[in-house]
Amino acid sequence: MSVQSEVGQVDLAVEPSVGDFILLMKPRVMTLVILTALAGMLVAPGPLNPILGTIAIISIAIGAGASGALNMWYDADIDARMARTAARPLPRGRVTPDEALSFGAILSVGSVVTLGVLVNWMAGALLALTIAFYIFVYTMWLKRRTPHNIVIGGAAGAFPPMIGWAAVTGNVSLESLLLFLIIFMWTPPHFWALALYRCRDYERVGVPMLPVVSGLQETRRQILIYSVLLVPLAVVPYFIGLAGIAYLVASVALGATFLGLAIRVYVTTEGRQADTAARQLFWFSILYLYALFAVLLIEATVSRMMA
Amino acid sequence: MDHDKDQRPDLAAERTRRRRSIAIALTLGFMVFAFYVATFVRLGGNVANGVP
Repeated sequence: MSVQSEVGQVDLAVEPSVGDFILLMKPRVMTLVILTALAGMLVAPGPLNPILGTIAIISIAIGAGASGALNMWYDADIDARMARTAARPLPRGRVTPDEALSFGAILSVGSVVTLGVLVNWMAGALLALTIAFYIFVYTMWLKRRTPHNIVIGGAAGAFPPMIGWAAVTGNVSLESLLLFLIIFMWTPPHFWALALYRCRDYERVGVPMLPVVSGLQETRRQILIYSVLLVPLAVVPYFIGLAGIAYLVASVALGATFLGLAIRVYVTTEGRQADTAARQLFWFSILYLYALFAVLLIEATVSRMMA
Repeated sequence: MDHDKDQRPDLAAERTRRRRSIAIALTLGFMVFAFYVATFVRLGGNVANGVP
C-alpha cells in the first residue's frame, strides 16, 4: 500500500485517520492563506456580508488545502527521500496515492464551485487558477526542471489576497495586484533561505533549487536582491491609502530587520554560522509576512467598524 | 488472548473509519447549511417583495 521512505517510518496497513487528511492539506500553509485572503477581503472597498465572507474564506482555505493534497500526491516519491517531508501521510503509507488524489480533486472542484456559486465567479475563477497554477505549472512542470521554480511558482501562493479582494468587489484591481506582488517577491528569499540549509536534501532528490544549480553564493546574492526589492514594495500599501500608520511603522521596522538578516546571510558564508543565518532568515520571513498581513487586517477591521 | 490481539486492530480500524464517516457527514451537513443560508443572503428580501 505504501510508498517506501528512505528517511521516515512507514506505517503499513493502517486506516487513514481524519488527522492524516488534515495533514494532507498543509494546515500551516492554510493559516497563511486564510490570513492573507482575509486581509485582501477586508481592505477591499465595498460592503462585506459576514456570511458570504465566511464562506469565501472557508472555500479559499479548502482550495489551498486541496492543492496541497494534490502536490503531496504528485511529489510522494521525492517527499519520501527528504528529511523535512518524510513524515507526511503519503511517504509514511498512512494515505494511499489514490486516496490523496481523489481527496485533492474533490476538494478542488468543491471549493471552486462553492466560491463561484455562492460568492462570485471572478473569485471562483481566481481560486481555480491558483489551484491549477500550483499543480500544473509549479508542481508538475517547474519544480523538477528549473531553478526558477520558486520564482514563477510563487505566484500560486500570492493569489489569496487577490481572491479575497475579488470576493468583495467582483474584480481585480491595482491594489489587489500590489498585495499579490508583496507575497510574490517574498517567496524567493523565503524558500531560498530554507534551500540554503536543506541544500543536500534537494540535491539528493534531484530538485534543481537555486543553491543546487547555481551555488550557495549566487543564492545568497539573489536572496539579497529580492529582499531589497521586497522591503520598499511592502511599504507601498500605506502610500496608496490601502493601509494606515500602524502598517507603515510595522512594514518599515519588519523590513529593516528582514534586510538586516538578508545582509547577514550574504556576508556569512562559512560553517555553522552560515546555516544559522539562513535559518534565522527563513523563520523571520514567516513572521514577517504574518505580521505584515495581520497589521493590515487589524487596521482594515478597525476602519470598517468605525465606518 | 490471541483472539483479543486479532480483534484489536479491527476495532481500532473500525473506530478510525467511524470518525472519518462522522467528519464526512459533518462536512456535507455544513455544505448544505452554507448553501441554504447563502441563498437567503443573496436573495435578500427580493422573494418576500415579489421581485422576480
